[in-house]
Amino acid sequence: MRPQEYKQLVQQNTPPRPIVRNTVWAFLVGGLICTVGQVILDISRIFEPSKTGSAAVTLAVMILIGALLTGFGVYDEIAELAGAGAAVPITGFANTVTAAAMEYRREGYLQGMGSKMLIIAGPVIVYGILSGFIVALIKSLILGVL
Amino acid sequence: MFSIQYLIAFLVGGAICAVAQLVLDTTKCTPAHVLVATVSIGAIMQGLGLYEPFQDFAGAGALVPVSGFGSSITKGMLAEAKRLGWYGLFTGAFEITGLGLVAAIVFSSVISLFRKPLK
Repeated sequence: MRPQEYKQLVQQNTPPRPIVRNTVWAFLVGGLICTVGQVILDISRIFEPSKTGSAAVTLAVMILIGALLTGFGVYDEIAELAGAGAAVPITGFANTVTAAAMEYRREGYLQGMGSKMLIIAGPVIVYGILSGFIVALIKSLILGVL
Repeated sequence: MFSIQYLIAFLVGGAICAVAQLVLDTTKCTPAHVLVATVSIGAIMQGLGLYEPFQDFAGAGALVPVSGFGSSITKGMLAEAKRLGWYGLFTGAFEITGLGLVAAIVFSSVISLFRKPLK
């Protein structure tokens, strides 16, 4: 069989991705997680009136929730259904860190957990910082802050 | 105590996730690509002064997706640069996001002591 024919055969027999269903689930679950975040944000405003402070507290609580649900194996079930709806919220960030920590702990605390905990979250941190740095540098130069 | 803010957070947060899922399903991007793009878009929007009003409107719908993480990085850098000068660009990255990052590392470490992956 020629590679081209093989490619065609694979294409014919691959089930089509249920794009609409995936998107709807991502929307519902992602929206629900953000609604939970809004509840926590409203509560944290009572204790932490500053905008930055209440935002930081909310993110920490969401991360705790994501980490706990991952520990109990619930988050992976949610992620299977919701895809990006579970991955894009900050709870998904916590999920990748906790899942990696649990997975690699058996390889040791230093070489395993320590070095591989951020194996999935790493790109988000690195490119978040890089793009933030470039933007902040340009803006500071334009505004004449530096 | 239902307020319209919950509905807005649901719709906006859901929409961001739905767009990310659409990109995942219709292009060859991996989840890592999509997450990196989302966080970078947040960081850039903050620099353009767009994320702040967006977050005032959408609340947690803009804060909870990782784009909020990216915007917080830029926000911290700009605030610290204003306060400290050029080295604020370096110290500011974790001004706001540090809490989340430390929370993720501490909680994950503790949990990994007690729980093993199911699969």
